[in-house]
Amino acid sequence: MARIIAGISASHVPAIGAAIDNGKTEQPYWQRVFAGFEKSKAWMAKAKPDLVIGVYNDHASAFSVEFIPTFALGCAAEFPPADEGWGPRPVPVVKGHPEMASHIAQSVILDEFDLTIVNKMEVDHGLTVPMNLMFGSPKEWPCPVIPLAVNVVMYPPPTGHRCFMLGRAIRKAVESYREDMRVVIMGTGGMSHQISGPRAGLINSKFDKAFLDNLTKNPKKLARMPHVEYMREAGAEGIEMVMWHVMRGALDDKVNEVYRFYTVPASNTAVGHIILENKRRATGKSKSARKPTHKAGRRAHK
Amino acid sequence: MTRAQHDYDDIPGTFVFDAERSRQGYGINMFCMSLMKDANRKAFKANEAEYLKKFPLTAEQSAAILKRDYNRMLELGGNIYFTAKLGATDGHSFQHLAALMTGSTQDDYAKMMLAGGRSIEGNRSRTKKPSPGKAKSKPKGRSKKGSKRRG
Repeated sequence: MARIIAGISASHVPAIGAAIDNGKTEQPYWQRVFAGFEKSKAWMAKAKPDLVIGVYNDHASAFSVEFIPTFALGCAAEFPPADEGWGPRPVPVVKGHPEMASHIAQSVILDEFDLTIVNKMEVDHGLTVPMNLMFGSPKEWPCPVIPLAVNVVMYPPPTGHRCFMLGRAIRKAVESYREDMRVVIMGTGGMSHQISGPRAGLINSKFDKAFLDNLTKNPKKLARMPHVEYMREAGAEGIEMVMWHVMRGALDDKVNEVYRFYTVPASNTAVGHIILENKRRATGKSKSARKPTHKAGRRAHK
Repeated sequence: MTRAQHDYDDIPGTFVFDAERSRQGYGINMFCMSLMKDANRKAFKANEAEYLKKFPLTAEQSAAILKRDYNRMLELGGNIYFTAKLGATDGHSFQHLAALMTGSTQDDYAKMMLAGGRSIEGNRSRTKKPSPGKAKSKPKGRSKKGSKRRG
């Protein structure tokens, strides 16, 4: 049986990608950002997942306004880096996992998540920047990645709760896969930022830190936050953070927060990052490691 | 036609790219998307007004594009990830555009970001007063020097 061992969230600021691609990571400004991910890379190297599910959003690269899927699951064998206007990023082609992806599609659609299946797609910095932050810049990515693109560009994106429940459904799908696999799920985007209009440049560290706290400890309540609160408190584009709920929904209710990093700014954005591990379980083959979704009487909070 | 009212309209300095703006701004965004191709960038630069005729744009939308009035483009249905492609075609960095939209100089804008960004205090609502006790922090962002609004 496959299982989700951990969830990660990380901002996907395009300027971070540009700093990597243009060899600026040693500059003091960028050093501050990259230093925060040294431990994360070490964690990832040790965790060695067999698969990453990458929840991200496209920025007018693969999807224009011709069609705007709310949830689009990448089922292809590979996803080339998109040309975002200055040539494709010099990163390896992202290899997918069509077998698991189609299994997830089948399972979550029957669980009433009507997602779009994408068999041909290029991926932009939204996915590849967090991959760099977690894997560094290898010649080939060390494991396959299934991209799940979420619309957060056109309002309204799916609600936080919907994202959380999709995470739940993805977990159920993963746990019913026929092969043993250790899976990491990654939410990307955020944290507070606004890059459009006269209020551009908004950063709200207080909001961001509370969001990180609640993501670990109080995820169900956090997932109920209305969209207007993200936009008001964390900036119009801060609403990207709904994608983190997909990651959180795929994890246990109670998790170990193993690492956190937060810094301001990276170009126009606050950078936030967290690693949450599911508690280790006995990996007995016969025993189902699935926990009941709701633990009656033991809810930490309502 | 007036826009339907939404809870987020109260957020200051913000044009939310909602389904209504997405409908209205389809031409703006498809025009911007076309600038991903070098041949199109060249054609646009050679004769901007002529090139724009290929897209379903209102007179107001075309004028906003030609004037590089980025806030107006957003108001009329443009989305920032798309309009940024126009900025890139003009050879501008994103920070240049951000400064432009905030009515600041790029230098002042960059300094504001380095100092931790625009404060949320005083920037939550058009109508509601900041909650007591929080209202004291200095209004940040709109720098005086940045008054020469371009576009």
